Amino acid sequence: MGKMSNQTVLDKLNQQFGERISAVSEPFGLLTFETSKDSIISILTFLKNDPELKFIYLTDITGIHYPGTEFPIGVIYHVHSLVNNVRVRIKVFLEELNPVVSTATVLWDGANWMERETYDFFGITFEGHPNLCRILNVDDMTVFPMRKEFPLEDPNRVDKRDFFFGR
Amino acid sequence: MSDIKLAEAPPGIEGSGFFATSFDKVVGLARSHSLWPLPFATSCCGIEFMATMGAHYDLARFGSERPSFSPRQADMLLVMGTIAKKMGPVLRQVYLQMAEPRWVIAVGACACSGGIFDSYSVLQGIDEVIPVDVYVPGCPPRPEAILSGVLKLQEIVKNESLRRRDGPEYQELMSKYGIQ
Repeated sequence: MGKMSNQTVLDKLNQQFGERISAVSEPFGLLTFETSKDSIISILTFLKNDPELKFIYLTDITGIHYPGTEFPIGVIYHVHSLVNNVRVRIKVFLEELNPVVSTATVLWDGANWMERETYDFFGITFEGHPNLCRILNVDDMTVFPMRKEFPLEDPNRVDKRDFFFGR
Repeated sequence: MSDIKLAEAPPGIEGSGFFATSFDKVVGLARSHSLWPLPFATSCCGIEFMATMGAHYDLARFGSERPSFSPRQADMLLVMGTIAKKMGPVLRQVYLQMAEPRWVIAVGACACSGGIFDSYSVLQGIDEVIPVDVYVPGCPPRPEAILSGVLKLQEIVKNESLRRRDGPEYQELMSKYGIQ
């Protein structure tokens, strides 16, 4: 079967969801759009279960932080239609304090660890996740290290102190 | 004619049929030439250690013939590579399982100071969790440098008093790491 065009996918989504889909773009040919946290699960369900689209493969869930904007915390979903050879990227932006979004584990079991990782690094809560705890960082870590307000460097580092450089 | 050199006897009083010297020196000499290494290799420094153990550099020449992959029978813990913070408790556990006397060599920049990984997820030197006797710099160090580190440790072991590990200084060091 040949590749389905981005326009076909977009038309089907527009027909179903209308203005719940915004900021559509195609960087490097990858169909990308934004949606709200209320619509994300229904859009993912539609993409997965539609008999023509068949976006059955969840490639990745990750997060992003743009400080200083109105909705600085983003959750990014990549889904792949193996049959139609086409991919889609969906972004959901959330408020900084207490970002909450529904879990995608109801659709893909593989979303379990991806959401744990996103929680671990960005502090995004996935409502309905069966076991939302840290996965890669140490359990007693108190910060969400990929948020911009937390420094990358370890404070215990001694050989980079200004003292050693005459500053 | 063999060119194998035997270790030099410690200073003592020698006579016909007897040799008297200090017990400390004899035990130190024996220990220093049978340091069983426990390689704790997590990255590229471990590859250099494999070369060190191989025929060309041959760590076995210095009495470290048998790499001990159980900490219970090991004397010398060689930590080679980046230790992530999540790995810290594991490393500490391995150290605690070693029987006294035990020594630690931190091989490479990462084990010594965190190296290039100045990051929230990496331990900035293993001396944050366990005491270290010898630091080997390099990124990664050449096998010669690792050998030099082991020889340095042999000097420490030779000159260590038999009861150092019961001494207040050592006990204080251990309690600083919350061990005991």
